[in-house]
Amino acid sequence: MDRCEGVMGVFIKTIKDLPREDLYIAPGHRLCAGCGPAIAIKLIAKAFRGPTVVVMNTGCVEVSTTIYPYTSWKIPWVHVAFENAAAVASGIVEAFKTIKRKYGKGVVPDVVALAGDGGTFDIGLQALSGALERGHDFVYICYDNEAYMNTGIQRSGATPRGASTTTSPAGKVIPGKLERKKDLIGIAVAHNIPYAATATISHPVDLINKVRKALEVEGPAVLHVLCPCPLGWRFDSSLTIKVARLAVETGYFPIYEVEHGRYRINIPIVKPKPLEEFIKIQGRLAHLLRPENREILERLKRDIEEQWKTLRALAKLEIE
Amino acid sequence: MSRILIIEKIGSMTGDEAVAYAAKQANVDVICAYPITPQTIIVERLSEYINNGELDSAFIPVESEHSALSVSIGASLAGARVFTATASQGLALMHEIVFIAAALRCPIVMAIANRALSAPINIHADHSDVMCERDSGWIIFFAENVQEAYDLTLQAFKVGEDHNVLLPVMVNLDGFVLSHCAERVELLSDDEVAEFLPPREPIYSIDFEHPITYGPLALQNYYFEFKRQQEDAIANSVPKIEEVAKEYEKMTGRYYPMLKCYGVEDARAIVIGLGSTVGTLRAIAKRLRKTGEKVGVIGIRTFRPFPSEELIKALEGTEVVVVMDRAASLGSTGGPLYLDVAGALYGTGTQPLMLNVIYGLGGRDFTPTDAEHVFRLALKTAEKGRVEKRTLWIGVRG
Repeated sequence: MDRCEGVMGVFIKTIKDLPREDLYIAPGHRLCAGCGPAIAIKLIAKAFRGPTVVVMNTGCVEVSTTIYPYTSWKIPWVHVAFENAAAVASGIVEAFKTIKRKYGKGVVPDVVALAGDGGTFDIGLQALSGALERGHDFVYICYDNEAYMNTGIQRSGATPRGASTTTSPAGKVIPGKLERKKDLIGIAVAHNIPYAATATISHPVDLINKVRKALEVEGPAVLHVLCPCPLGWRFDSSLTIKVARLAVETGYFPIYEVEHGRYRINIPIVKPKPLEEFIKIQGRLAHLLRPENREILERLKRDIEEQWKTLRALAKLEIE
Repeated sequence: MSRILIIEKIGSMTGDEAVAYAAKQANVDVICAYPITPQTIIVERLSEYINNGELDSAFIPVESEHSALSVSIGASLAGARVFTATASQGLALMHEIVFIAAALRCPIVMAIANRALSAPINIHADHSDVMCERDSGWIIFFAENVQEAYDLTLQAFKVGEDHNVLLPVMVNLDGFVLSHCAERVELLSDDEVAEFLPPREPIYSIDFEHPITYGPLALQNYYFEFKRQQEDAIANSVPKIEEVAKEYEKMTGRYYPMLKCYGVEDARAIVIGLGSTVGTLRAIAKRLRKTGEKVGVIGIRTFRPFPSEELIKALEGTEVVVVMDRAASLGSTGGPLYLDVAGALYGTGTQPLMLNVIYGLGGRDFTPTDAEHVFRLALKTAEKGRVEKRTLWIGVRG
């Protein structure tokens, strides 16, 4: 497989430019109908550019694409445990580099670590931080469906404030998760890595170009990809892309990138749609629209406003 | 910085330095390092070798032992010869990944500078750390002295990387007693090591022409077979360990069978142990035999695979066996080594009286006097023909 040549960051202009064939992942898997992460990995793999190793943390995609003796992966794929994809990827990258240097054998492949939000925001954060600090040339992609879906929808550090999960149920006294979502890209950027970005599946051209850019930069890159989950977010499985799009259009999930510390908002939201449009179609959040939960809804809105304020300031600093 | 002295292949080095020197001569490709006493000197020395241009290897200073073994797995699957080292809490933190390294058939070599487990925190020698990993599917060697730590590290790569074995190997050396104690070590030249241990020839490693899915989900219909294959692999290591030991003997004159027996042929009482204590036991046994006491010593060098057949044979005809455990299996019916020995002998024709001694926890000295006490106890038990108290904690107050 030859590496595609092109201008960095502009791999495709429209969805029609995509390779039609799925060279890296087979069509069959056992994820749910309408699964956001399934759509994400299909799109992500289309940006791959040659010999690639995928390393995965334990999670929905891991268990549903590799039920022995079947596999959906047409490329070398490694799963070790829940929290260590970044560490395993470090070892693979450095081993191939060393073997090439020492014995003149083999290639140095692209190494892509894929992990869910639980495996990234929570249990895998230490391994991720270590790998970013060491500066290995690899790409870490978090497919964020905002809870531990594989074990049955438990809250994670990526679950938004107010969401009802099986360990933060909307009850009579406590209306869901009380804490704010962790800022993954902020954490990644604090490691002074060359590239970090957010993306989602409703904007595939942006997503695919970011994956390609992440592969092209020297050193570690982190992508945070929002992936709605019909089961955990409780919406009809036909609505996955619509929910992702609403996450962007309401400002709930800002789409931006940070290249060598420079912030760029890729999809500016001048007039955001009301957050309620995003909330009302999801069972996990719909209770926030009830009058008694107004306070937590307001706090969620403030979280989003604050994030945009910070982002705009950082992006504007760059323009000056 | 390095203080080892080598004159004409005779070195003066500590156990940690000897292991590091062996890993350097093994020309490893990837070293993963996280500091923990009493192992740290191993990875310090290796980083010096690399930074001084004496070894061409990747050096990955990870943020935890959990990642140290995770990185090692990734590198091993990519086809590299991989070395790491740890001890105590570090090994405990690795626990989850220890089992996976064996199941993914990664021939990583890991030195363990054996140290007690917290709490209370303690940095000194005992075997509580490795005993938690005894069912992990790794090959487990125990060194009695610095020479063995060096020799076994070299042999570990050759055994583990064999295509009929393909398993990770732990080389245990008692914390401080061996890790920090300088001894005279006979070394091989780099050329001799290169001949004994050529670069790894990986099999089933990451290959873009023939991609493999490593570490899939295997459920009720396949998981069991994976485990069975691991059991077969560790059984396959038995002839390989012997073959490698013989090859090493030809080069060095030093032969390392799975059991190291002394005086067992005519012994009324045999004491079995692991690690540096075996040397103390043997010294005392020699002294006692000069006075006509028929005592013997067995050092278990290969703890996994457990040398059951060899033990049954070696213990044939003896009246009393004392098993020395430098780890307690709290709430169990004996220490971990005792349970293995008792299990191996049960139902065979070899049925000696058995005693279990728990000793040396947290680095408590096991002195020659203690050793003599153990032999006297064993002989007394032989005289009486019965066991009064099976498990004895020796050297402890209260």
